[in-house]
Amino acid sequence: MTSRAAANWVAFNTILRKEIRRFTRIWQQTVLPPMITMTLYLLIFGNLIGPRIGEMDGHRYIDYIAPGIIMMSVITNSYSNVVSSFFGARFQKFVEEMLVSPTPMYLILLGYVGGGVARGLLVGAAVSAVTFVFADLRIEHALVTFLVVLLTAVLFSLAGFINAIFAKNFDDIAIIPTFVLTPLTYLGGVFYSIQLLPDFWQKVSMLNPILYMVNAFRYGILGISDIGIEFAFGIICLFILMLYLGCLTLLNRGYGIRS
Amino acid sequence: MQPKALAVVDLHKTYANGSVALSGVSLEVERGEFFALLGPNGAGKSTLIGIVSSLVNRTAGKVFVFEHDMDRDAENAKACIGIVPQEFNFNLWEQVIHIVTNQAGYYGLPRGLAQERAEKYLRQLGLWDKRHQRSRELSGGMKRRLMIARALVHEPKLLILDEPTAGVDIELRRSMWDFLRRLNADGTTIILTTHYLEEAESLCESIAIIDHGKIIEDTNMKALINRLHTETFILDLAEPLKELPVTNGYVLRQVDPTTLEVDISKDQGINKLFEYLTDNGIRVTSLRNKANRLEELFIRMISADDEPKSTRVAAEAPRSE
Repeated sequence: MTSRAAANWVAFNTILRKEIRRFTRIWQQTVLPPMITMTLYLLIFGNLIGPRIGEMDGHRYIDYIAPGIIMMSVITNSYSNVVSSFFGARFQKFVEEMLVSPTPMYLILLGYVGGGVARGLLVGAAVSAVTFVFADLRIEHALVTFLVVLLTAVLFSLAGFINAIFAKNFDDIAIIPTFVLTPLTYLGGVFYSIQLLPDFWQKVSMLNPILYMVNAFRYGILGISDIGIEFAFGIICLFILMLYLGCLTLLNRGYGIRS
Repeated sequence: MQPKALAVVDLHKTYANGSVALSGVSLEVERGEFFALLGPNGAGKSTLIGIVSSLVNRTAGKVFVFEHDMDRDAENAKACIGIVPQEFNFNLWEQVIHIVTNQAGYYGLPRGLAQERAEKYLRQLGLWDKRHQRSRELSGGMKRRLMIARALVHEPKLLILDEPTAGVDIELRRSMWDFLRRLNADGTTIILTTHYLEEAESLCESIAIIDHGKIIEDTNMKALINRLHTETFILDLAEPLKELPVTNGYVLRQVDPTTLEVDISKDQGINKLFEYLTDNGIRVTSLRNKANRLEELFIRMISADDEPKSTRVAAEAPRSE
């Protein structure tokens, strides 16, 4: 490894470690709440209402929604970690610590994305532990399951980064999660199969990227999906590529970080 | 020939709102120099420093740091610079030690070395005992020193300080001066912007003055001070003066019964005035400059820059008296 490559590796690790330290230090605000929220979802929708709904695609309702609930926590946590952390760095101006250093922009981006992925995976694992108490789950395709969670966390970390770049105040970092992310997640097939929808709404649902992630993850765990698994992976990778290039272009132009 | 520590060539900066901050600034700082960059508020100092430290986008122009082109070789150029900004820009919730070691990490220093350097500079700046405190718990002076420790942790060849002693008490300011002098003596090139002109005169050997986005002076401190042809001194007298003495060639003014003010040109010297005062039974207990010499020059130059061209030439011409 050349000295510059070694220095870059150290810089990346520094950002990643700092990001992980940030959310683990405040675990009561970052890890615990999604565990409680998801427990309530499982308790109310799965245990109380679920038995009255019956089976969905040949599975108990609680087993059907469990993968979506895990995925929902991965999505919201990877997104909110990056958006709040990078906007905080901009707001308090300590993003300048990195900007004056030789750390290339792509490594700053990857460091923050790494932090978002780490929180997404940690919360995902914690929620999974809770889920396994309520639901009877067996992982059908372990590699698919892991890859989908990983890529989803990457995708929403990148999306959170873009939100953080454009945000002008703290309200702006709450608008997208509230008015875009939450509706898309709820309408992304977490609680139902899109086969239940009329033809028109099935087609509209296909425009929702979260549908692909939830279904790919459900395929990994239950072995069932509304969408072709290869197609789902293709869509996720395409979004990751577009968001990565978008973030990098904004960073290199100095949007929101340089005057 | 040794490479220049910093060379900026024809820098222009126009902000999105159309305000022109820099128009054609060119400047060279020699290796090992202690360089002052002065100018009134809004003159373009912070924009210039922002461009050199990559925090402000240039509209046009080039920046070279130890001959590394900021456009083509930004990583090596940035590795040479340590920056102490005017405003606090660290994470207020982070511990002091983490702020410094993280900065070392951004510059690629392995963890062991980063911790070693953090200890070295936090000790030198009197912050080692505070290393586990969150930065928001530090006093204003400590926060300034933290930014200096952070800027030094990768041992840059060029240290840029933007108003480092703003809001710092006199004792601490003096100790920071000593620290910076030692740093410069050890080979670090230092660029300093300050509003305390006494600070610039005391520390720096070279000086550039920027106003309205243009360099209006770029010289060494001694040559600049030598341009001051008349200085005003304050004389404190032992006894109250009943009548203002008439002196040959000296312009005296009585401020109060025991204080005199006198303008003395360079070719007059001060000895004859003392001889005259002694002959007339006036005993002087102390003597001091009315204003800092650089401050006098600075105000003259900035005022001259605001005047029309013809008046400015007259103002800059040596006085004949």
